[in-house]
Amino acid sequence: MSESAASISSIPPDEQTPLVRWVNDWGGAVVDGIVAIGDMAIFTWHMLRWMVSRLPSRGTVLINFYQVGALSLPVVALTGTFIGMVLAVQSYAQFHAIGLDSRLGAVINGTLVKELGPVLAATMLAGRVGGAMAAVLGTMRVTEQIDALTAMGADPIHYLVVPRFLACILLIPALTIMADFMGIVGGYFYSVVILGIDHAAYLNHSREGVTGFDLFSGIFKSFFFGGIIAIVSCYRGFHCEPGADGVGKAATTAFVYSFVLILAIDLFLTIVLNSIYYTLYPNGTSFL
Amino acid sequence: MSLAGETIEDDAEISDLDQPLIEARNVSVQFDSQNILSNINVTIQRGQTVAVIGESGCGKTVFMKTLIGLICPTAGHILLDGFDLNAMDQEQITLARRRFGFVFQNAALFDSMSIFDNVAFPLRQIKKISDQEISERVFQHLAEVGLPKNVTRKRPAELSGGMRKRVGLARALILNPEVLVYDEPTTGLDPIMSDVINELILETRRRYPVTSVVVTHDMRTARKVADRVLMFYPRTRLLDEETQILFDGSPSDLENSEDRRVRQFVRGEAGERLNELAQQADF
Repeated sequence: MSESAASISSIPPDEQTPLVRWVNDWGGAVVDGIVAIGDMAIFTWHMLRWMVSRLPSRGTVLINFYQVGALSLPVVALTGTFIGMVLAVQSYAQFHAIGLDSRLGAVINGTLVKELGPVLAATMLAGRVGGAMAAVLGTMRVTEQIDALTAMGADPIHYLVVPRFLACILLIPALTIMADFMGIVGGYFYSVVILGIDHAAYLNHSREGVTGFDLFSGIFKSFFFGGIIAIVSCYRGFHCEPGADGVGKAATTAFVYSFVLILAIDLFLTIVLNSIYYTLYPNGTSFL
Repeated sequence: MSLAGETIEDDAEISDLDQPLIEARNVSVQFDSQNILSNINVTIQRGQTVAVIGESGCGKTVFMKTLIGLICPTAGHILLDGFDLNAMDQEQITLARRRFGFVFQNAALFDSMSIFDNVAFPLRQIKKISDQEISERVFQHLAEVGLPKNVTRKRPAELSGGMRKRVGLARALILNPEVLVYDEPTTGLDPIMSDVINELILETRRRYPVTSVVVTHDMRTARKVADRVLMFYPRTRLLDEETQILFDGSPSDLENSEDRRVRQFVRGEAGERLNELAQQADF
């Protein structure tokens, strides 16, 4: 168990039976978990209060927009392209065996727009931006820069967290669209140019495979992914332990927690959005 | 207004001036199960320069951060001009903090900003100041701490330790604070640069009507800049009936203290400390 787990037993450690120790360890971990969730909820609440009361200056926001959006664009585009091509490689054999090569586009594009595009963009953002946010804020915590902000009458959540949160939630839809687009281009290139599938048939089936609701649901989910990346990463940075090891741990845990939460939220939102879709369109037809 | 009325106002001003600027009343700070500060009572008058000395881990920095509201005491109160910091709302505590200037141990300059932006940062938090005035005040305060104009474009990582400390001092002074708090101002500096910082602390006191709190374990700094010295001792090594402040007096009385531990610290003698540490390690 974690060394930092809270002790819930009043019996001294030397006198604990294995069962008591086991209950103590796991109970402590549960208590620590509940405390961390509560702490993160308060952290989020403070941030949301600043969002409605006073937004940060334009200069602070723009620099974060640049770092989160502009600098992430190339890597998201590149990975999106490769994912599109990998999907083509992986699916081709099965589709070719049953003579449905031309329907490859429907599968590639549907998978990208509904799932892989948003999740891929969020994963890249969590890795490239989330880890960096936790490391930067963690270093600021360790070197007393966050204390300095407070001492000078600036609120660190207002100054450091709100701009990063805004950048993540407002720019992740653009990154998702880029991942979707480049994945579609990559899939088309590999299927039509490399595998020799008929261009017109590929495009026709591609149009059938993606509905407007699919596109909407992917972008809708990305807002939540962006929010969770910013909150988890900033929270981990603010609660960084001292030393180089503490900063490294903050960056790693920021990515791991963000990634796990992205997948959990993805599952939950997919179920909810599917229910809404089949309520609105019982026959499964698109609104476009 | 009648003459009598003026007298009453004057009396009120005198009584305000008599009131301690900062008062710690029964302050205790605990992290998890560890008592860092226990039942601390200190009053600091306007204009005083107080050195807080003590060995590493005795709670000096925690005390200083508690004074400016960066750490909330587990028990007790910090009063600023008679007003309890704990009872203030966010806006009031922000205004209260602007009455302090804080020089951090490693300067705590913002890595992502130039030196100019670092020093200008507190001014930019106050919206009503023009860019022209900000520039003038930044250059004035950098000149006061002996830094040339050409450092303003540099980043903190490009400066030496002594220069960073001086930038930290310029940043702390830029809002003309009533209280200047220095955390280990000379730690990690060569003897000459340490003395430059000591001279700057004295020069600042001559130039501005500030109250200063200097946390240090450099006895040369304490003797040179302070007119009152408080010596803290780690709570864990005290008897229950002992207070954590072993010495409260003028620097000249330090050598003659009746407490062996104070004399030992002032002379920098290990004494029985090495044996105690060895016993703790064996335990």
